[in-house]
Amino acid sequence: MKILQEGLGPLFTDPDPDHARAFFRTKPRAVTNKLMTVAEAVERFVHDGDYIASGGFGGVRIATAVLHEILRRGRKNLGFSGHTATHDNQILSAGECFDRCDIAYIIGLEARGLSPQCRRHMESGKVKICEWTNAGLYWRYQAAALGVPFIPGRSGLGTDTGKYSGCRTVECPYTGKPVALFPALYPDVAMIHVHEADVFGNARFSGIGIADATLARAAKRVILTTEKIIPNEDIRQDPSLTKIPWFTVDAVCEVPYGSYPGNMPYLYYSDEEHLRAWLNSERDPVEHQKFVDKYIRNTKDFNEYLQLCGGIERMLELEHMERLIPSPPASTDAEETY
Amino acid sequence: MTPFNKQEQMIAVASRFLEDGAMAAVGTGAPCAAAMLAQKMHAPNLVMMFEAGGVAPVLPTMPISVGDSRTYYKGLLASTMREVMACVARGMVDYCFLGGAQIDAYGNLNSTQIGGDWEHPKVRLPGSGGANDLGSHCWKILVLTPHDKRRFVEKLDFLTTPGYLTGPGARERAGLPAGSGPYKVITDLCVMDYDPDTCRMRVEALHPGVTLEQVHENTGFELAVREDLDRTKLPTEEELRRLRTEVDPMGYIIGRG
Repeated sequence: MKILQEGLGPLFTDPDPDHARAFFRTKPRAVTNKLMTVAEAVERFVHDGDYIASGGFGGVRIATAVLHEILRRGRKNLGFSGHTATHDNQILSAGECFDRCDIAYIIGLEARGLSPQCRRHMESGKVKICEWTNAGLYWRYQAAALGVPFIPGRSGLGTDTGKYSGCRTVECPYTGKPVALFPALYPDVAMIHVHEADVFGNARFSGIGIADATLARAAKRVILTTEKIIPNEDIRQDPSLTKIPWFTVDAVCEVPYGSYPGNMPYLYYSDEEHLRAWLNSERDPVEHQKFVDKYIRNTKDFNEYLQLCGGIERMLELEHMERLIPSPPASTDAEETY
Repeated sequence: MTPFNKQEQMIAVASRFLEDGAMAAVGTGAPCAAAMLAQKMHAPNLVMMFEAGGVAPVLPTMPISVGDSRTYYKGLLASTMREVMACVARGMVDYCFLGGAQIDAYGNLNSTQIGGDWEHPKVRLPGSGGANDLGSHCWKILVLTPHDKRRFVEKLDFLTTPGYLTGPGARERAGLPAGSGPYKVITDLCVMDYDPDTCRMRVEALHPGVTLEQVHENTGFELAVREDLDRTKLPTEEELRRLRTEVDPMGYIIGRG
């Protein structure tokens, strides 16, 4: 195939499926109990220098507890897949945890605005970057999950996004037209939050899947956090519901409200007040670090963070918001809340 | 006549371009409001798709994220990014809404950086997200944006998402799908389309009270004008009522006008 253009962006990971196969050959397949704490999972499976990918969609069904633990433990020099990275990126940028980033969407927080801390981190000169698109990063996970070196696509063609990506554009051997090749992306670690899983890592989630089923198969190691642990018999009752299978998963951590302050489909809505407080704290770097100390570094685990954020009362409010249950009428007596 | 703000006007105008039975990839904010308004006015079977996987919701409130659970509330499909992006790639999505920090005469968009060079930008912006994917493949690209000289520029600092690139035939030469590309630009001053011979933006209709001079003053490139230059129709009472009471009763989007 004739190469028409080589992207100027660096490849941070090895796209060779044979090198990945050498790893997957040794990955355990046994159906074993992988239940552990988030602290243990991060200690064992996330190392300085690893390339990590966050499941969900920035502030929707994210594995917040794992991201917190990465920050709490001061992991450094990570690679990061910025696939609509919003609150996940805010956590990692607060600790300046990564020094290379495949960018599809960073800094932006969708309708919430732009993150000053993510911007400071990206503009610091300490982070090596490569440009992609959301679908482009998806095709890269897909290629990895399929065990092929690339997937052809048409995103990025003719633009600077393509020019500064790691894509190679070739002449298609069938049509003769230019086509971009998206190289396989095998993250070292993916962290994914789900609704239900058994202790072996057979997982179910509801609502949109975003890229997670594919990401779980592309990543070399997967840390799963789950709202609740269910019996293996439940999984066997209807295996068609298993979206992430045990043989992709290395750690299973039970973390109720584990996507907080993000949205968890059908369970709880995003905590816009907390996210606003977080965003406001970012305006001043010193104040921001105090905020992060208070909520993350000085809390021992995710449950303590939830307590600081209003505990079960706040969680119930977010549950009601998710299910569109109207708030009680405002009380006329200021002392009296329902 | 009921008074209205610029945001309400833009949303009402944009909604009229979306026909019944079409599929539109939308994001949060004004595009979502335009699609909802179209559904309530003339296009009950307009399908909204969100890139994270939500398809055909009955939106109870404005989503905050393109991935939040509102994007498939009472929907027909809660799918994946692959499903939506593959629909886009194989030619089933008619419209998308895009925006950006800069747009040029060919409808190319920049949402990646301002100033400096790529590795050392003066201001780093979010990047493509799904915009390049949608702009590369959707049949008709709609842009909703405020109209000023900082946005409407002769040369982009970074070409994130393709419009007509450098002009006629450029998309096809780059390998992009034939027949896809920019369609309309809706601003707070006017509606613009593209000259089929040059692929450059041109003024199609001026909003009430806006002059051509105003449009030129706020545009950083040479902007053509259609011979049959029109006036935008005012938002109707019905459009405003539905927008305010059904689409965005909390005023999250129209309140900013």
